[in-house]
Amino acid sequence: MFKALMARVRQGYRTAAYPSEQPQLPPLFRGRPIFDQGKCPAECTACSDACPSEAVRVLPEGPELDLGRCIFCGDCTTACSENLVRFTRDWQLSASDRAELLVSGATAPHVEALQRELRRLLGRSLRLRQISAGGCNGCEVEVNALGNVVFDASRFGIDFVASPRHADGVLITGPITQNMRAATLATYEAVAEPKLVIAAGACAISGGIFRGHKEVEDGIDGLLPVDLYVPGCPPHPVTILDGLLRLLGRL
Amino acid sequence: MTSLLDTPNAVPVPAAEVPEVDVNLFRQTVLASVGWGRRLLLLCGLTRTADGIRLLAALADDAKGKIGLVTTVLRDSYPSLTPACPSAHHFEREIFEQWGVRPEGHPWLKPVRYPLGATAIDEGEFFRVSGAEIHEVAVGPVHAGVIEPGHFRFNCHGERVLHLEIALGYQHRGVEAALRGSPHKRSIHLAETLAGDTSVGHATAYCQLVEGLAHTVCSPRARSLRVIALELERIANHIGDLGALAGDVGFLPAAAYCGRLRGDVLNLTAILCGSRLGRGWIRPGGVAGDPGLDTLGELQHHLIAAERDMRNATDLLWKSSSVRARFENTGVLSQKVAAELGVVGPAARASGIDRDVRRDFRASTYDGRGPVIVTEETGDVFARAAVRWHEIENSLVFLDYPLADPGEGQALIGVGPFVPDSIVLSLVEGWRGEIVHLGLTDGMGRIVHYKVVDPSFRNWFGLAMAMRGQAISDFPLCNKSFNLSYCGHDL
Repeated sequence: MFKALMARVRQGYRTAAYPSEQPQLPPLFRGRPIFDQGKCPAECTACSDACPSEAVRVLPEGPELDLGRCIFCGDCTTACSENLVRFTRDWQLSASDRAELLVSGATAPHVEALQRELRRLLGRSLRLRQISAGGCNGCEVEVNALGNVVFDASRFGIDFVASPRHADGVLITGPITQNMRAATLATYEAVAEPKLVIAAGACAISGGIFRGHKEVEDGIDGLLPVDLYVPGCPPHPVTILDGLLRLLGRL
Repeated sequence: MTSLLDTPNAVPVPAAEVPEVDVNLFRQTVLASVGWGRRLLLLCGLTRTADGIRLLAALADDAKGKIGLVTTVLRDSYPSLTPACPSAHHFEREIFEQWGVRPEGHPWLKPVRYPLGATAIDEGEFFRVSGAEIHEVAVGPVHAGVIEPGHFRFNCHGERVLHLEIALGYQHRGVEAALRGSPHKRSIHLAETLAGDTSVGHATAYCQLVEGLAHTVCSPRARSLRVIALELERIANHIGDLGALAGDVGFLPAAAYCGRLRGDVLNLTAILCGSRLGRGWIRPGGVAGDPGLDTLGELQHHLIAAERDMRNATDLLWKSSSVRARFENTGVLSQKVAAELGVVGPAARASGIDRDVRRDFRASTYDGRGPVIVTEETGDVFARAAVRWHEIENSLVFLDYPLADPGEGQALIGVGPFVPDSIVLSLVEGWRGEIVHLGLTDGMGRIVHYKVVDPSFRNWFGLAMAMRGQAISDFPLCNKSFNLSYCGHDL
């Protein structure tokens, strides 16, 4: 007992001050990319050609990026000979509207908070059932991190629960494989109304790096109504937390 | 063993030089090699020709660091190797599923991944124990935690598990097939997502494979940086596992501290490359950026603090009799069974099998030095926990070398064209154990066949065996002590 108490003192207080303070992100962190519009050489499609997940389109006014497809690999920055693509350290990537994930220049997506009644119901207690549907376990690593003492989502009343029957919604990761399609839909069905759907990570939003494989559905869109999209491959825990808090109208 | 062609790790051999023997000699070669102390590293279909399916067996000689290759061409079926060589069991199921070749006499010839959702995985045929008081418990694919999907079918007598059948395939997303035709712009990203928690391990295996094919040797600096990333991945996952094991026996202080420490180590990888999982860093030809000596010095500083806290947190585990009581003698995997099944990684070392790619198949990555390898004898949850802790300790000691003296050279160099018509195997000791990648090039030097064996592919059955005779309530603890990958298995 004494040893455990000593250890408690030694390990200290570790919970991040976020959201009252900015999160501590490493200098090389790849957040929301920005494109210098209007400077592209004529007919250059180097960024779009290099993109492994079909996230970049070159339009007449300049490149447009789909944050829902982007795996934040940085291949476009390497490919651009003019240095017009740059990854910022902006971790706030979530959107409630799929169309808002299409960014050009320096536009950023935003999250529309839930309507008043839903906020009253869920704003201070949101229980989510996580469904892992065919990804690489990368998103699960970061969703799990929300439960550690650093991110500690439960201090906001956000918890991941064992059964869909106990949940207010589902948080889906992975591109929805053919083999997980039925279980994903059945789990959603088992949640009582009103219920939310959160698509976390490029796979759940668009199929991510597995987009176009015959074994997957290219994400949850079209199968279930999505309330929140959290881009990333995987999203940083603070990106997920930020999206959830904004959806609940708490930021 | 004249019918084997030996090659070291990540060194290509001309496909035409690999002996092609008739199926009887093929079986004899595999069985005799295993009898002489080699082990079955890989058994897979290679190509479909007019004469049938060309099957390849790779047999590892751990003592000499050599991989022996032999092939045969089959029509529709052949006598199964599994009854005499149990480590072939999952490979033969996979061959049946992928190539339609039937291993006659295989004891349990079920699909491995159920490609394309043709049948519901949890509604298929399951091994049944019969008897008046026998009951079945079915769990999954959606589990209670934030964890990947899989279906577990327990046959129980009361609380006691007589047999556990593990049915996977829910994570099957076609990633192995998509690696064919490499190198293409998705290749390295697909390698990183073979098992996302082992991004560095699988990306290193892929890079080592293509560099072997191109006869490209990375700079000493790049090799050091890869080793640092690999060992950080190991430390982060091992300390996370120790925390999760503590959580599964309800010992929350260590669970909380280790969970935090896992994140701290992931953050160190992010200091090096921007991503907590090391995404975007390991690249063919080296690493995508050199963090510089100052950053490596900073890392060393952080690791000293992390080690102090890890030691403090895990000391609580080892010194709590309530934790020891739950860890000891739970989920025992005997050395004999582990060896027969070809179990790898910390799970094998916990059962007294002294095997580690970092020492036995030292490719350019760990040239000349590597961490001390440890084993335990008891094969229980405690042994698997203890092996993890000792591996953390030894990795930390070892990391001082590459951090203090990472060598010189460019972080990233160009990779040349691949040698045509060649076979190469690339082995890396990931944190879960031995990762095997195989590549076969065509006459143009393009990769026409790619094969991945995640350590979980071998170890899932080890978990099933460790559960025999256990209380079903100990499943979460046993499961966590193996902590296997679903996506790495399902590909």
